[in-house]
Amino acid sequence: MIRFAALFDAIDRTTKTNEKLTALVNYFREADHADAAWATYFLCGSKLKQLVPTKLLRAWAAQEADIPPWLFEESYHTVGDLAETLTLTVPPGNLASDESLSTWVEQRLIPLRGMAEAEQHQVVVAIWNETPLEMRLVILKLITGAFRVGVSKSMVTRAVAEYAGVSSDVISHRLMGTWKPTAEFFEKLISKEVQDTISSQPFPFCLAHPVDPALFDPELGPGGIGKISDFAAEWKWDGIRGQVIRRDQQVFVWSRGEELMENRWPEIESAAQLLPDGTVLDGEILASLGENQVLPFAQLQKRIGRKVVSNKLLKEVPVIFQAFDLLQDAGQDIRTLQFSERRRRLENLLSTVNHPNFCVTQLIPGNSWDEWSKVRGQSRAMNAEGLMLKRWNAAYEVGRVRGVWWKWKVSPYTIDAVLIYAQKGHGKRSGLYTDYTFALWDGDRLVPFAKAYSGLDDREIKKIDRFVRQNTKEAFGPVRSVAPALVMELAFEGLQISSRHKSGIATRFPRIVRWRHDKKPEDANTLNELMGLLPDSEPQG
Amino acid sequence: MKDVLESTSRGLYCVPGDFYIDPCLPVNRAVVTHAHSDHARWGCKRYLAAKPCEQLLRMRMSPDAEFRFLPYGETITIGGVQISFYPAGHILGSAQIRLEYQGLVILITGDYKLGYDSTCDSWQPMRCHHMISESTFGLPIYRWPSQQVVFESINQWWRDCREQGKCCVLYGYAIGKSQRLLAGLDPTIGTIYCHGAVQKGNEAYRRTGIHLPETTYVGSVTGKHDWKGAMVVAVPSVHGTPWLKKFGRYSTAMASGWMAVRGARRRRSVDRGYVLSDHVDWPSLMTAIHECNPETVWLTHGFTATVARYLVEQGRDARVLDLLGRDLGEEDKDEEESSDEDFIDEPIGQGNESPEIEATTS
Ligand SMILES: [Zn+2]
Ligand SMILES: [Zn+2]
Repeated sequence: MIRFAALFDAIDRTTKTNEKLTALVNYFREADHADAAWATYFLCGSKLKQLVPTKLLRAWAAQEADIPPWLFEESYHTVGDLAETLTLTVPPGNLASDESLSTWVEQRLIPLRGMAEAEQHQVVVAIWNETPLEMRLVILKLITGAFRVGVSKSMVTRAVAEYAGVSSDVISHRLMGTWKPTAEFFEKLISKEVQDTISSQPFPFCLAHPVDPALFDPELGPGGIGKISDFAAEWKWDGIRGQVIRRDQQVFVWSRGEELMENRWPEIESAAQLLPDGTVLDGEILASLGENQVLPFAQLQKRIGRKVVSNKLLKEVPVIFQAFDLLQDAGQDIRTLQFSERRRRLENLLSTVNHPNFCVTQLIPGNSWDEWSKVRGQSRAMNAEGLMLKRWNAAYEVGRVRGVWWKWKVSPYTIDAVLIYAQKGHGKRSGLYTDYTFALWDGDRLVPFAKAYSGLDDREIKKIDRFVRQNTKEAFGPVRSVAPALVMELAFEGLQISSRHKSGIATRFPRIVRWRHDKKPEDANTLNELMGLLPDSEPQG
Repeated sequence: MKDVLESTSRGLYCVPGDFYIDPCLPVNRAVVTHAHSDHARWGCKRYLAAKPCEQLLRMRMSPDAEFRFLPYGETITIGGVQISFYPAGHILGSAQIRLEYQGLVILITGDYKLGYDSTCDSWQPMRCHHMISESTFGLPIYRWPSQQVVFESINQWWRDCREQGKCCVLYGYAIGKSQRLLAGLDPTIGTIYCHGAVQKGNEAYRRTGIHLPETTYVGSVTGKHDWKGAMVVAVPSVHGTPWLKKFGRYSTAMASGWMAVRGARRRRSVDRGYVLSDHVDWPSLMTAIHECNPETVWLTHGFTATVARYLVEQGRDARVLDLLGRDLGEEDKDEEESSDEDFIDEPIGQGNESPEIEATTS
């Protein structure tokens, strides 16, 4: 635990990717495998569900510090971080635990959940007594379910890969899906030998880079990406990106967020029974009334988050799987084949399956970039977000690799952000909180990056207004800071590096596209991800 | 107490003695707790301070002023008010001022801390009727780690930097913090250099008889120089300025009480934040009040209202002292204990140190 706390501190105090990476690799070198497994688990963003109600933790901290509850709250207000306040207010203990991370998590933290309050109290007080500040902070972040640190999953993947001497694509694949943080898992993760894939395990998704639509060249296309003959164009569908896996007579549907979506899309699951064993499809789940009659995302949203889908809803909002790639064919991983070959096999396969819930996404014909540019103009009518441009001769890459897939969106940039400040508007909506400031994650902090006004309807604005009034944390003049709870999708026309902005990035014409009721604040995007959208930047981390 | 001390736009005024304590504007007669610029203001006619404060105060105030210095514990009477100084443990020569008038004892703590510091005399409790105490760090989140542990980690950072071929730049205020840091550094690790303002402070300390490790003035190093493995103690205002360029690859650290909170560490954007303060933390503030056991506590600086409310709930008469004409409170926080230290009136080194001017005036 000492080492893990030191790792947290090392990552926390630097903004330099290199230093973070070095700290991670050093940690993996020294940690035993059970600890390394838990560290990977937490660093990749998995959390223990809150183990003890924070209300109790606050009360006990005040008691240990011998201060009244209001003074604890005032301290919290100054520090701005609950776990840190719980760490600082309680006087130092007189022991220093040298137990390992895995022992801490498995034997001391997880058992807290099942305990009665009095027993929890005892354990928490004991924790305070045997932890120096650095360690206390990390443990309390784990207990409150607020552990976050400024590394991305891809950075952790790189660090494990460097330590293990295994390519990061392989590590990335092995980290997909759900896994248990055990020593055995970690040993398989870093093993140099090829392991059999677990039948449910998805492949890492290949992600598209945005093109800069402002740089349109009739010969070399948007962003000057190349000759038209090198690319295929498809609609960029606005649904849920997913992989359909058919292995060992079973079906698994995964979302891009690596969530196994069981029983959520019965139409797709039953159709997938017809796929030959050893098949993995990449595509988009869309609400659709038949081929090319895609419904707006708002319709699909009705089905998101429903654990059980009623027959009525199944009729109202039927879904299809719009497949656009084939990753495993007849049990063989074909990701290194060229897109043209994968596409040919995909068409063959789905024509034999011939099920209305499985469509192959259409290729859009075109003889010039101008022609495609016109087609792109019709995206909204198609309920698509624009065009995808895929290089015919490219392999299916892991993550966001430049030059393989490009997205040429109508609204070029969108990102999910958390509302943190609100201010009253003027004119027609004066008196209502209509002007919002949005933030993105940077480690465990939300950094404000854009203000947006328009894009919501009156009903939604009233709802937000009520939310702001009920959830104000602080008022600075006309501006209210609110509890970070609401997630909105923002679109903007341009992005630029800016030293004048706290976030380091300036957005042009930001506007709200929709309220993401389906997302929690922790699902919002990170500043790194925003940076990754910069037309000329390599993805960070 | 009103008949003896009153809060005015020039600072705390002693009515029967006709003098000001730590005035914020030039006055005829100033009695000062210590030489930090938010306590000892330039331009007063006469200054009265504790004897060990002499070198620092003469260095910073106009030589035209009239000075008088009183050893700790001795008494002088002005207008029937008995004035004496007792160690405050804050920096060299810092004092608590004890006033006695017709049997009423008032203690003005100035800035103070409890515990050992090799560069100044330690604070001692004084019984009094009224205690005017600072509360810069008056929240239970502020609990200073032992300075031994802090010095050890600073020295470890220095060793690590030396291994990596880097130069260490450690920030502390020109007088007080810097010398305390110097006294805690392990000079066997490498050579110690100081920024001009710090070096001037060092000399005043040495003249007073305080032992500090050998230091070299950065500005005296000319031509190409290898700074690898060196320790540079500098004022925080040079952070992020071209003055640092000459050191090549370097790592920065700040030593201050505010470094206890991660958010404050980040705002400073230094590589390391060490928790080392010359003010009382929460537990020592409570100890000090308990030991002085005044009838009434008056709080100035920082979390005054919070501390007052807490003490009242504990059954003690505690109030916030409104210091007119002084801009206190939240604001102190950003410029740190730095309301202690105003670099603008700091003497600037010559020649190649000129970027400091940009840093302090921008
Ligand atoms: Zn002060
Ligand atoms: Zn001071």
